This record gives sequence, structure tokens and C-alpha cells, in this order.
Amino acid sequence: MERLEHKHSRAVRWMHWFNVPLLFGMVWSGMLIYWANDVYSLGFGKFAIHLFPDWFYRWFHLSGRLAEGMAWHFAIMWLFALNGLAYVAYTIVSGEWRYLVPNRGSFREAWMVVLHDLHLSKIEPPRRKFNGAQQFAYTGVVLMGAGSLLTGLSIYKPTQVAWLTGFLGGYDMARWEHFWLTMGYMAFFAIHIAQVIRAGWNNFRAMVTGYEVASGEEASRG
Amino acid sequence: MSRLTRRSFAVGGVAALLGAGGVAWLANARGQDGIPGPLRKMLEFNEGVAQRLFGPQRLAPEFSPDKIEEPRINGLIGLASVAPTQDWKIRVVGKVDRTIPLAAIEALPSFSMTTQLKCVEGWSRIINWKGARLSDVLAQFGAGSEYIGLSTPSGGTDKSGQPDRYYVGFDRPSALHPQTLLCYEMNGQPLTQDHGAPLRLISAVKYGYKCIKRIGVIELTDHRPPDYWAEQGYDWYAGH
Repeated sequence: MERLEHKHSRAVRWMHWFNVPLLFGMVWSGMLIYWANDVYSLGFGKFAIHLFPDWFYRWFHLSGRLAEGMAWHFAIMWLFALNGLAYVAYTIVSGEWRYLVPNRGSFREAWMVVLHDLHLSKIEPPRRKFNGAQQFAYTGVVLMGAGSLLTGLSIYKPTQVAWLTGFLGGYDMARWEHFWLTMGYMAFFAIHIAQVIRAGWNNFRAMVTGYEVASGEEASRG
Repeated sequence: MSRLTRRSFAVGGVAALLGAGGVAWLANARGQDGIPGPLRKMLEFNEGVAQRLFGPQRLAPEFSPDKIEEPRINGLIGLASVAPTQDWKIRVVGKVDRTIPLAAIEALPSFSMTTQLKCVEGWSRIINWKGARLSDVLAQFGAGSEYIGLSTPSGGTDKSGQPDRYYVGFDRPSALHPQTLLCYEMNGQPLTQDHGAPLRLISAVKYGYKCIKRIGVIELTDHRPPDYWAEQGYDWYAGH
């Protein structure tokens, strides 16, 4: 028996999809800026990979576009910040934060979900809106967004908000933090897409239509 | 469900097309100074926000002497020839017209600060600077103006005879900031040619590309002065 279950509100769906081009725009323009002083590496000593190799910049046409990158970055930042703040305000006012913020059982549950998804455990994730792993992921990525706004502001106006830049460890450290938060989004994005594909059409469609067909078989992921 | 799905995807598709169209329009919008016009407008909007929040007495942090770093040479535009360090003169033009010797600036009260010079590329250097406050120079030799333009000496050319000039514009509040100095010493030594001998500007409230080297002309004007890097798509204000 097919039964439609309301899953995501209209506001959440719009803010979610609006965030896709905004985050992409911030990362892309951020790459144009990072190119001008690409000093970070992944790993240690001999095993360090310079971020990013030359072919990477060539492939994505990221070289020599610092001014353009800053112009876009400092325009899109307003929309990215407003969308993020609107989302947080909405989850608070609507009470949806209760589904999203991890609680006492979330950590254990998140661990079970990870083991299950890696095929190391046969215990199915619980069937409710967001399981423990999702709670950590979705709350974490919102905190990362707040971190990006704060670290970004601290390297954009390091004198006017010198107290914040100092708190974050100084101008150079704040830039490092800003960069690695972005790499964090990339990791989130990769796992998110993989999980959405695993979870299937019904789950994906719910993020567009708002409704999920509850057949009682599929657990939600993503 | 299928009707709902069709409708939702149609709305989403239209929204995505509108968004893509908007971005395409923005990216191809006509502009001057290296970036699309609407993005330049956004930089100017940000400037308005920054100026409203700007605290004229808010100081950039100073560092202890053990934090001082080796300076990094960056930006040699306007420095192609060798500047004579003897008998250097600065022309003050616009609302006044006079020529002042470097000695007159060295005779003003001298200030020292150890601040972090930040490049818009994303690197920084902590340097000790010594010089006169631009506010003192303007009070002594200037006149009230909304903007202050500074440039390397006019008529400068590179080896092949091409014009070689660097120029920046300052809004008045930033120019009058106590940490905006006309410097003649760096890390306890006289400025070298690469760092703008005999006189350069250092502002702790601006990114490095505003910190012009080898100052030959100061212009007092009510119109926004041209700025070398702003003409290449960078923010004119460049305050931080």
C-alpha cells in the first residue's frame, strides 16, 4: 500500500537547493583566491601532496584570476550568509532542530550506521527522519558554515575585527582554518552524494517534492 | 505522487534555468576596470558597509620585536629606474601646489609601529616601520579634501622607455588613521630601493597594494583618484 509521508518543508527544500549554487560559487571563487598563495599541503614530509597540483588549476581554469575571484566571493558571501542564517532561524522557530541536533543516543547510533554502511554490521539504521549519523553530519555542516563565516570575516577585515582574528590564532591561522573548512565541505559533499545515490529515488524525490512514498521498506539516508 | 513530482521538478527546473541565466548575465555584464559592472557595484556596496563600521581610532594589533620577519619583495611597478635618495622632493598638488623636501617630512614627529603587512594574495609579514603620520603631513602641507591620491614621480619610465608609474587612492578617514605612515625606515634600516626608498606609505588598515612605494606626488582632490590595481579589477577601497 502506497502512502505519502510529508518529509521536508517547502522552506527547507528551497534553502537546501538555493545553497547548492551558492556554496559552489563560494568554493569556486575561493579557489581563484587560493591560487594566489597556494601554500597548503595534505600529509607530512615525503608523503605530502601540494594543494593543488598545476594540472588541477589548468584543468579548471583557476590561474591568474585573483581579482575576479575576490569580486565574486565578496558578492556571493552575502547570499550564502543570509541563506544559512535563514535556515538556522527556520529550524529554531519550526522546532525542526529537534530532529537535527544530536542527542544522548546519537553517537552510538551514528557508529552503528557507519558500520552498517561499510557492510561491517547487519543492524539496520533506525527508520526515522534522521538517524544519528545524519544528525552529526547535518548539524556539523551547519557549524562548519558558521565557522566559514567567522574565519572568512576575520581574514576579510582583520583590523576591524582584530579581536576575532586574534581569537582564531591570527591572520595566517584563520586563513588556514578557512581553507580546511572548505575541504571539509568537499568531503561532506562526496559522502552526501554517495549516500543519496545509495538511498535511491524515493529519498531524493522527497528533497524536491517534500513527500516520500512510505512503503515500509526503505530506510532514509542521504 | 507523479503529478506532484512533475510539478515540483518543473518548478525546480525553471528556478535553475532562471538562476543560470542570472549568473550568465552577471558574468557577461559590461564592466570597466577588469570585472563585470554589477560586481564592481557590489564591491562599492561592501565599501559602504565597511566605512560605516570603520572605527577611525580602531588600531591594528602591534607585535613584539621578536615577531618581526624578513620583508618580502612584491610589486615593483613604478620602481624600474633607480630613485635618488638625496634631495628627494614630493610634489603636493590639487587643492594646493607646492613642493616639499623629504627632510620636511623627516622633521615631523616620528612614529614607529610593528604591524602585519597583509597581501591580498593571502600572505603577510610582520615588519617594524618608522615614519611620519600622513595626517601630520596633510595638516602641515595639505588642505581639506575628500580623497588623497599618491603616486610615484610623474614621467617615470622603464628600460624600454614605456611609462612606469604606480598610483593609489585613499579615502580621507583611512588616510588620517594614526597607523597610516609615510615611512623612511623598515626594521631599523633605511628603506631599500625594492621597498620604496626613499619614502613609502604603510597603512595598517589597508591591504598591501595600497601601500605605495617611492612617493613622488600627493594629490588632494574631491574626486576618487585612480588606483593601479582597482583598474585591474581589484577593490578600490581595500580596507581591512
